Amino acid sequence: EIKYTQLFINNEWHKAAKGKTFPVINPSTGEEICQVEEGTREDVDKAVEAARKAFDIESPWRKLEPAARANLIRKFADLLRRDIDYLSKLETLNNGKPVGDSKGDILGSAACIDYYAGWVDKIAGETLPGAHDQFIYTRHEPIGVCGQIIPWNYPIMMMAWKFGPALACGNVIILKPAEQTPLTALYCAALLKEAGFPPGVVNVIPGDGPECGNAIASHEHIDKVAFTGSVEIGKKIQEAAAKSNLKRVTLELGGKSPLIICEDADIDYAVSVAHRAIFTNAAQNCTAGSRTFVHAKIYDQFIAKSIELAKNRVVGDPFDSNTEQGPQINESQFKKILDYVEAGKKDGAKLECGGERHGNKGYFIKPTIFSGVKDDMRIAREEIFGPIMSVLKFDSYDEVIKRANSTSFGLGAGVITKDLTRGLTFAQRLEAGSVWVNDYDAIINQAPFGGFKQSGHGRELGKYGLESYYEVKTVVVKLI
Amino acid sequence: MASFTSKPPKIEIKYTQIFINNDWHKATNGKTFPVINPSTGEEICQVEEGTKNDIDKAVEAARKAFHINSPWRTLEPSARGKIMRKFADLLRRDIEYLAQLETLNNGKPVTNSKMDIMGAAACIDYYAGWADKFTGETLPTTSDMFLYTRHEPIGICGQIIPWNYPILMLATKLGPALACGNVVILKPSEETPLTALYCAALIKEAGFPPGVVNIVPGDGPNCGNAIVLHEHINKISFTGSVEVGKKVQEGAAKSNLKRVTLELGGKSPLIICEDADVNFAVYVAHEAIFHNAAQNCIAASRTFVHSKIYDEFIAKSVALAKKRIVGDPFDPATQQGPQINKSQFKRILNYIESGKKAGAKLECGGEKANDKGYFIKPTVFSNVKDDMEIAREEIFGPVMSVFKFDSYDEVIERANATNFGLVAGVLTKDLTRALKFVQELQAGSVWVNTYAAMKAQAPFGGFKQSGQGREFGKYGLEPYYEVKTVAIKLLSKM
Repeated sequence: EIKYTQLFINNEWHKAAKGKTFPVINPSTGEEICQVEEGTREDVDKAVEAARKAFDIESPWRKLEPAARANLIRKFADLLRRDIDYLSKLETLNNGKPVGDSKGDILGSAACIDYYAGWVDKIAGETLPGAHDQFIYTRHEPIGVCGQIIPWNYPIMMMAWKFGPALACGNVIILKPAEQTPLTALYCAALLKEAGFPPGVVNVIPGDGPECGNAIASHEHIDKVAFTGSVEIGKKIQEAAAKSNLKRVTLELGGKSPLIICEDADIDYAVSVAHRAIFTNAAQNCTAGSRTFVHAKIYDQFIAKSIELAKNRVVGDPFDSNTEQGPQINESQFKKILDYVEAGKKDGAKLECGGERHGNKGYFIKPTIFSGVKDDMRIAREEIFGPIMSVLKFDSYDEVIKRANSTSFGLGAGVITKDLTRGLTFAQRLEAGSVWVNDYDAIINQAPFGGFKQSGHGRELGKYGLESYYEVKTVVVKLI
Repeated sequence: MASFTSKPPKIEIKYTQIFINNDWHKATNGKTFPVINPSTGEEICQVEEGTKNDIDKAVEAARKAFHINSPWRTLEPSARGKIMRKFADLLRRDIEYLAQLETLNNGKPVTNSKMDIMGAAACIDYYAGWADKFTGETLPTTSDMFLYTRHEPIGICGQIIPWNYPILMLATKLGPALACGNVVILKPSEETPLTALYCAALIKEAGFPPGVVNIVPGDGPNCGNAIVLHEHINKISFTGSVEVGKKVQEGAAKSNLKRVTLELGGKSPLIICEDADVNFAVYVAHEAIFHNAAQNCIAASRTFVHSKIYDEFIAKSVALAKKRIVGDPFDPATQQGPQINKSQFKRILNYIESGKKAGAKLECGGEKANDKGYFIKPTVFSNVKDDMEIAREEIFGPVMSVFKFDSYDEVIERANATNFGLVAGVLTKDLTRALKFVQELQAGSVWVNTYAAMKAQAPFGGFKQSGQGREFGKYGLEPYYEVKTVAIKLLSKM
């Protein structure tokens, strides 16, 4: 049952100002699930008005004792867990990820929200040493109206990552979920109201990028925008922010993250890590381990075992508990990925398995492995966001670090080795916001996450995740 | 009007044994001790009396629970926070019963007991949030080294708490200790063990593994001392008198140099300036001394009033003190219950005599309020001089001592002329004056235009002999972890 398909502003449900709706598709079948109200600039303006009122210095939200704010945030987390069965089904219906993964995402989201609830009464400014007739201190104040634009690959979790720090710091929010996956965000809006957030504190406006997202990025009265998505759009967001009111910008963009498997790695372990590093979430993962560097000494073994694992990966109906991989999100992505398969073949990489559609309905693609990939091939340089493992051979550790770093991305990187010096040296030298040793995608709520270079700027999660959500005010009081 | 019910309500006492390893134990020496209801002076029940052997048992259990592979040590930090939060929820769940038990044993009005429990739960919640957020650092160094710090739990923490806020003191101690991953042996005051033992049952229900929290009721000399001197307890935290606090520090030094934090007494000044709103000042000063029958380490027991408003202040304070309702703490109209026991009761009345003898003017009160129990009338002395006993020594009873002043520079000196330094308050509208007081008052907490502004996130503790170390806030974590510095040399080429 789809309960909520309207815009959520001021704790109320609204029809779109322009009176239009847009279709939401089930990627497992390619069929329409329902229509959702389509937010545009006028609706964003409405939301900004509501948010500004909710942010007024005398408002209930601004006057809340920090511990009380934390209790509200924690209540939302409890409601996510309470409704996990329904929510996970809705997520799977709209996004296509296996139901088990949806549940994992929801628990992780609730834990993230809980984590940030704990920070609320711990965000401290400082008193600073000054002249004896001066009292100097800093205040960490909420920025104000925060626009948040999130992608379709982890709809609920991306929403939680954005809400957590923003609310912990006392801001108000206008969130635009991806036009592919608005349904769970709207359900969560109802939960926020149930949790007791005052009207206008959180507003959810479904809509597209060009009309709705752009309205947020260029709005004169939105104080900050946080965007997770592609590098291409991220750059546009930053431009629009600069052209309008210099709103603060944080970006979490794509990656072409390397996983480096050294000669002393346990091969079975390496194969299993590499497999999940690329194929998790049908590879629709900003940190997907999409360049697998394998030491020459274990290369052949690695390829053989990886092919076997890939062939055994269960692709199918995400509501089936045996399924490990659901469909890609939509037709456009589906086509793009198959184009990359062709590009790989044309460039001379060896197609070891997969490389084609799975089934004849929905957007399923078989887990695909290319071996003999060269650094300059398209499949080695561009973010595919699809289930294609590209394996590159190496024998020099100094060289592989250079090769791993020669990209304008810098989101995640993994290295598998038993050697202490090698592991720590990779950690020092890899140009990535997160480096994982003997693991991959070790995303933990207390550990900051974000990109080097064009994978973005700013950090989410951890204490660092708060930094982009408060404004520092320095106060100097002279004792006259 | 005050009512002094002779019969306390029927409250079932569920737990009277020693809590070790999530089990209930009888005392090894087979003895029990009486717990008294201070409203009546009558015995509530007998409680098992812990002594050295029981502490040894608790240490053994705590050690096992602290083993590096134990369930407690291997818990994910956020899971640790969750169990703590569960305990906070259980405190709130059972607030009705717990508040009555606290009032039965301690004598504070039931509404105050409820406030204390809510505050205790909030404190636990606050520290639950820190479990996955207190961090070490990675430090800059040469390129061939990896340098970082770890903040590790200290180990077995002995915690000795007083009788004036039994539940709140328990939460204040458990919060930071558990957030940092330690294991605890807590000795509640021999006056007020009952709510601590009930909380032990809640701690078990919340899901803390056996041995993580152990609660051993007993006295100071045989039980508390055993904790202080124990060779295998790694840290001790004590809240109580300066006299005993010094003994704790000595004992720690003589035994194994366990880390010590102390929260001791105070003789805290409240300074009321000429521009203060007099009615507001009277109200603040009244609460600041008389709250909890003045059994408060932060009691504002020296009230300095500017000569310009002195007479008005006295008149209005006396009127307010006379209206204060002293009586049966189970009566919702009651504002002030009994003092904790006979010994305190006598001591306070002695101080009153001393004040009279020294020449302070007794404006009201100054005697017991009832024949049964340990009730004392709210008492106001005016014209108190700095060198009087009542001006220098901690009374821990409802005696307001008012001093006159007219020079601000002088009053700061007078306020600071004490070995104590717990808190201070100042009432004024003038910005510079307020901030100067803040700068110059030698106290761990300075409150401007308010008093007793305690918050879970604000560090609290003493300057000088009011103690050392801080509780609450992020600072409250510091005594509960040990810093380990790690340096890893990157030996060779890759």
